[in-house]
Amino acid sequence: MPVLINVTQKERETEPISEEMGVVDRANVVLETQRLSVFYGNFKAIHDVNLSFQKNKITALIGPSGCGKSTLLRALNRMNELVPSARAEGAVLYRGHNLYAPNVDPVEVRRRIGMVFQKPNPFPKSIYENIAFGLRINGWKGSKAEMDDIVERSLRRAALWDEVKDKLKQLGTSLSGGQQQRLCIARAIAVEPEVILMDEPCSALDPIATLKIEELMIELVKQYTIIIVTHNMQQAARVSDYTAMMMMRPDRSGEVIEFDTTETIFTKPKDKRTEDYVSGRFG
Amino acid sequence: MSMAAPSESSNAGLGLQQRRPHALGERFISILLMTAAALSVVTTFAIVLSLAGDTVAFFREVSVIEYLTGTLWTPLFSNPRFGIWPLITATFMTSAIAMLVAVPFGLAIAVYLSEFASLRARSLIKPLLEVLAGIPTVVYGYFALTAVTPFLRGFIPEIKSFNSLSAGLVMGVMIIPIVASLTEDAFNAVPRGLREGAYGLGAMRHEVALRVVFPAALSGVAAALLLALSRAVGETMIVALAAGQNPTFTLDPLVPVSTMTAYIVQVSLGDTPYGSIGYKTIFAVGATLFIITFAINFGSTLIVRRFRERYD
Repeated sequence: MPVLINVTQKERETEPISEEMGVVDRANVVLETQRLSVFYGNFKAIHDVNLSFQKNKITALIGPSGCGKSTLLRALNRMNELVPSARAEGAVLYRGHNLYAPNVDPVEVRRRIGMVFQKPNPFPKSIYENIAFGLRINGWKGSKAEMDDIVERSLRRAALWDEVKDKLKQLGTSLSGGQQQRLCIARAIAVEPEVILMDEPCSALDPIATLKIEELMIELVKQYTIIIVTHNMQQAARVSDYTAMMMMRPDRSGEVIEFDTTETIFTKPKDKRTEDYVSGRFG
Repeated sequence: MSMAAPSESSNAGLGLQQRRPHALGERFISILLMTAAALSVVTTFAIVLSLAGDTVAFFREVSVIEYLTGTLWTPLFSNPRFGIWPLITATFMTSAIAMLVAVPFGLAIAVYLSEFASLRARSLIKPLLEVLAGIPTVVYGYFALTAVTPFLRGFIPEIKSFNSLSAGLVMGVMIIPIVASLTEDAFNAVPRGLREGAYGLGAMRHEVALRVVFPAALSGVAAALLLALSRAVGETMIVALAAGQNPTFTLDPLVPVSTMTAYIVQVSLGDTPYGSIGYKTIFAVGATLFIITFAINFGSTLIVRRFRERYD
């Protein structure tokens, strides 16, 4: 795994004060957070998070329950705003643009930064319409044949085509849990996002379906950048390139205590708490 | 304590034995609740029975064919005619006008409350709807007669003092809260995950509301509308006061008519002697009304059952 330090980038004003310096290749950062804090009402859920996410890499967010992993993930495409009391401080830079700047439309953000959820949530529409939905709402204009093409391509990329090609008219909800989750992945990639956020995508699936999703992630990361929240240490170790370890502070807000290549996190972590967590001593 | 031969008292240490004599109390509560449930079933059957007796007596004197096909309803005249259609068209007309008002407004309110409104707006609008739902129907009736009809006359000079338009409009306002709150319940039953899935693809609020939440809640919405319809069909005070008591076979909303419910009120308040044919008509009309609303409610139950599990 190439570990580069881009010296010229060091002078930038927007440079994060973070634990990840020297770990990531600065030239290939797609998304980064700067002193990002998220609040629900008066409660601070995450505190001063500085992280960089590399293009075409899988970054895993791990840590015990309640440490703010999902909140951090949902802050990256402004999904948190759907909770009425939520607000964010700091910045999320997507290719250098702050996603929280006043002129930025959260709807545009979510189109570029897609999301796959914990519980598979296909729409109660046909398999075909599930894939077409994202394009249709984004004002897609094209022929039926082009749409057929995009549906097939998306399902192929999500490794679901062979299982559903003869029943595209059936309800998406009629599929098995693992198939539903791959349908949701196909639905997300149909709109060609650059980043895909995955919030514990396998927690509702059996081990075989989980394995399929993991294989799919490794395939997809060639074209997309993936950020995944997981409770499953083995999963983080198997699929991710980088890992951020989060912990709850005494005031119950979550922070990143260590960020490094997944190999380092799992073999020689610097923080004792990380070592205890990845070796299964708590959490 | 030996594993091989568990004695009677071997579970004593686990606290599995009965600690209080609760069996009797449990039984008593269960019987009490069952009685309450049984009471409503018994009442329903009692109503059906009481309707059935005089309805059968009515049809001994009047042919079913005339009742179901006739378009003249003059049971109290010296030359009585018993065609139910004037009452049915009046009921249909007032209910249809009411639904034309209640469905768009009720749906719009429900979509707004469940998908758009801030917590503040919700806390203002919900109690207002409850006030609307709490107004006695007799007040609505006089409002239609003394305010809405004169107001409508400003635009439609030929409108009569009693008419189905005014009654229907006001009845529509009356059932808005029913449509709104039942539909909102249906929207709220749509899992959050579906909304998030759509937002995650870059959907806007109105797209989430109309293209994801509404279709997913369709069975609940349909059931809500049917319940509102059966409420409109059965509504009495407003139509009796504002639509008139004049059984006319017409679909003109500007002239006096008599709905089934208004007819029953009219006869019940008059001096129709017990056991006369006029007296028996109200049972026949009541039974007809009962069958219609029962069919609507049954239909809504079927719809809910058929489509309930679609998004799980």
